[in-house]
Parts: sequence; C-alpha cells; structure tokens
Amino acid sequence: MMARASRIRAARSLAALLLVAAGPAPLAAPMAAQGCLGCHGPAGQGSGAVPPLAGRPASEIVVALREYQAGQRPATIMDRIARGYTEAEIAAAAAYFAAR
Amino acid sequence: MRLGRRAALGALLLPRLGRASAAARLIVVGGGFGGAAAARYARAAWPALAVTLVEPRPRFVTCPYGNLLLAGLRGLETITFGYQALRAEGIAIVQDRVAAIDPPARRLRLSGGETLGYDKLILSPGIGLRWGALPGYDRAAAEIFPHAWLGEDGAQLLLLRRQLEAMPAGGVVGLSIPANPYRCPPGPYERIAMIAAYLKQHKPRAKILALDAKDAFSKQALFQDGWRALYGEMIEWVPAKDDGAVARVDPAARIFETEFGTRHRVDVGNVIPPQAAAPIVIESGLAAAGGWAEVDPRSFAARAAADIHIIGDAINGAPMPKSAFIASNTAKQAAASAIAALRGEAAPEGVYFNTCYSRLAADQAISIVGIFRPGPAGFVEVPNAGGLSPRGAPAAQRRLEADYADGWYASITRDVFG
Repeated sequence: MMARASRIRAARSLAALLLVAAGPAPLAAPMAAQGCLGCHGPAGQGSGAVPPLAGRPASEIVVALREYQAGQRPATIMDRIARGYTEAEIAAAAAYFAAR
Repeated sequence: MRLGRRAALGALLLPRLGRASAAARLIVVGGGFGGAAAARYARAAWPALAVTLVEPRPRFVTCPYGNLLLAGLRGLETITFGYQALRAEGIAIVQDRVAAIDPPARRLRLSGGETLGYDKLILSPGIGLRWGALPGYDRAAAEIFPHAWLGEDGAQLLLLRRQLEAMPAGGVVGLSIPANPYRCPPGPYERIAMIAAYLKQHKPRAKILALDAKDAFSKQALFQDGWRALYGEMIEWVPAKDDGAVARVDPAARIFETEFGTRHRVDVGNVIPPQAAAPIVIESGLAAAGGWAEVDPRSFAARAAADIHIIGDAINGAPMPKSAFIASNTAKQAAASAIAALRGEAAPEGVYFNTCYSRLAADQAISIVGIFRPGPAGFVEVPNAGGLSPRGAPAAQRRLEADYADGWYASITRDVFG
C-alpha cells in the first residue's frame, strides 16, 4: 500500500515536473532518464545482464546513484555515469522509473 | 495561469501553420539511430504531430556490432532492423532519397519527384565518404579494399568477412585509419580486435598491419593491453609519427603507400576513408567549411537555416563522439526542441549521454562514458565524470562489460527501432 501510494505521488510529481520542464510529454521519459534507456531498455525494463529500473522505488534509485557518485557501491560503469548528473536530474529520472 | 500564458504564446507563434485545424508537420530524414529515435520520440511526445520519416532503404544495418560479424560472433540478420514498429505507431515512412531541400520555402524534393512541405525538419543523414580524398580510393576501389564503414545493406561488411576467409593462412590484413573527426572513434580499434579474434582461431600465422593517420586514439591503452594479452604479436599498429599515415592506395597492386613513400603490400585491405556530413547536408549549404554541420547545442537547430535541426554523425558535436548512442540520445532533445518551438515554448534543458562499449574478444569488452551539456559556444563535457574502464581490471570485469555490451545493444536497438 505504501509503495503504491509513493508510486502515485512520484507519478504526480513527475507529471508536474514534465509540465514545467518540457511541456506535456505523457509517454516520453524526461531527458535525464533518456540516457538510462540506452542500456536499461525502453521504459527501464532491463535488458539481459543490465538490471531493470522500472517499478523500483524512487528512493532506492536515488540512494544507489548517490552511492555510485561517492564510490561506495561496487561498479563497472555506473560510478562513472552517476557523477555526471545533478540531484534534480537524478530525482526526475528516479520518479520516471518508479512510475513505470 | 501558466497554461493560459502558454496557450496565448502558442497562438502568437503558431499562425504560420496556416489552417488552424491542420496538424503541424515534422519530417525526419534518415532512419538510423538518430532519425528513428527522433521520429518515435516526437510521436510519443506530441501525438497530434504529423511525423514522416524519409529513408531510402527498407531496412537498417547497424554499424555497432558490425565488427562482431567479422569475428563470426554475429550474423547480418541480427544487426538488421526494419521500420514496422514506427509504421505501427503512426509514423509515415517514405522510402525515397531527398534530392534537394529548399529551406526558405520549408520544402524538400524527393528523388521520385514528389515535394513534401514541413514545419520542422530534422536531418539525420549520417556521414558521407569523401571519395578521392585519399588518392586511389574511389567507389571501384571499395570493391577491392572494402571500407565497411556505412551500414547500408551490409554488403561491404560481408565482402570484408569473405576476404578474410579467402586470405592465405600467413597473409597480412592492412587497415588504413583516418585522422579525426570520423564516425565511431574507437571503431577501427575494435575492428582490429575482432579481425584478430577471427585470425587467432582460423589463421594464427596471419598478421594485422594497422596504419594510422593519428598518433593517439580512443581507449588506446586499454586496446593495446588487450591486443597484446589476447593476440600477442599478431597486431602491429603504426602511428603517423612512425610513417603510419596512408597517402595513396593502389587496389590493383594491393598496396597501401604511406606519406614517406613506404609501400605495404597487403592481402586484405580495409580502408576507412576520410569522412564528412552526408552529401545532402553539404549540397543544401548546411555544412561549415570543415564538412560538418554547426548546430545550436541546446536545440540542435542548424546555424545555417531556421526550422532545420541536424543530429547524429553529420554535425560537429565535439567533444561528443560520433556514436549511435549520442545520435539517439540527442535526437530526443532535438525532437523535443522542435516541438517546443512549434508550441512557442523554450527548448528543454539539455543533458547528453554516451556509452561506447568496444569488444576485445567474444567475452571481453571495455567502455568509455561521457556526459555532456550545452555550453555558451558549443558542447561541454561534464568534468570529473565519465571516463574509461579501469586499466588492468580482472578478466571477470571485462566479461561483465561484454555482457553489458550485449544488454546495451539489445536495449538501444529496441528503444530506437521498437
């Protein structure tokens, strides 16, 4: 129940964010999340060895990316990637994937 | 309040669409990683937009993973994609070539004679090979020394593979590698590894002679470590400073001749020639003197023409590489910007992402990552981020990167072609 409520909240905040940042784009991911799709698949569904992001709680994604940024999580590539993004971009991407 | 103002602004800026009821028209030229991604993104972002994709070929053969075909790790059908998903989403596919663009009239003419009008045009035509820029290398020469550097119908890649199969056991495979900029900076060096993987298995006495017009290249230390560890003495890479730059080729005699006149006889020759933006960009007056299109780094609008956005390998996107990932990723920003302009809105904030995996062997890969943003005078790489796989990493990590590379290829082709 909690997870669903937070997903709905995330979806609402995402919708608000899209309206402000990029105009109404009901089906398209925000630009910061578009980079993720290249490996994690359309809508972040995962692909082979690359794990899915869709449906993960936003907080889990945010914490993971912060740990990658700080070098506190084992990585092959995500540490190099995470350091390039701002807090706001990480929040927008996390909200998008949480709402899939 | 915000919506009210947006609508008012939109009404001010939209009248040039003419009939109030008519949908705005977006034409995308080129059905590769850039064009197909732009068309699909635009369709999803604004369902009322009429989206047309103009592409002369019925199917697209990807350059990424083409090198794996040379090693026998992939068949052509596994790197070939059609446009069924785009058609099903309501994108009109016009199978034709653009003959000319008339930017002031916002019109383009197809080879078949038909004229199409647009409100916004996104050009993603890729590169053209500069035939004749390397003396001796023309279209006929490419049938003897394949370039295999344009996907097209895959024939060049298959030709190179057949030549490797037919080569004598102790033969020499020559590569001529161009100066920057060119499509896929690490591509020639992955190709060396993939040819070596084939030779190691089938013709272990053969040699690879890679003649380069540069002194340094992408992921250099990682490639050279990998070549040595996996293929020993098979590969010789010659930088420009050691007379590596090929100045002339003689296909009939199978000769690569260098700047200082050294004549190398090769049994198989792969010439990756100098490149520029595709001819349609140059012929339409959209390229700068260097042969590439200059664009606004946030909207990808062409410096040379309003209402035309240019994406992918045809632009001067430095320091971004000319890669499939950058093409598909920035395609979405360009499409979002074109849509925003049609609605009288500002282009979204840009953040551009690239990952390029290169295969060293069937089960080993390395990667480079870059994150870029629009700057005041061009594209800017985000500092203290991105970068290369660590040098000297254990085999398990290289294997994981090979698995991730396969995941990447499946993901990006699904994202772009459906």
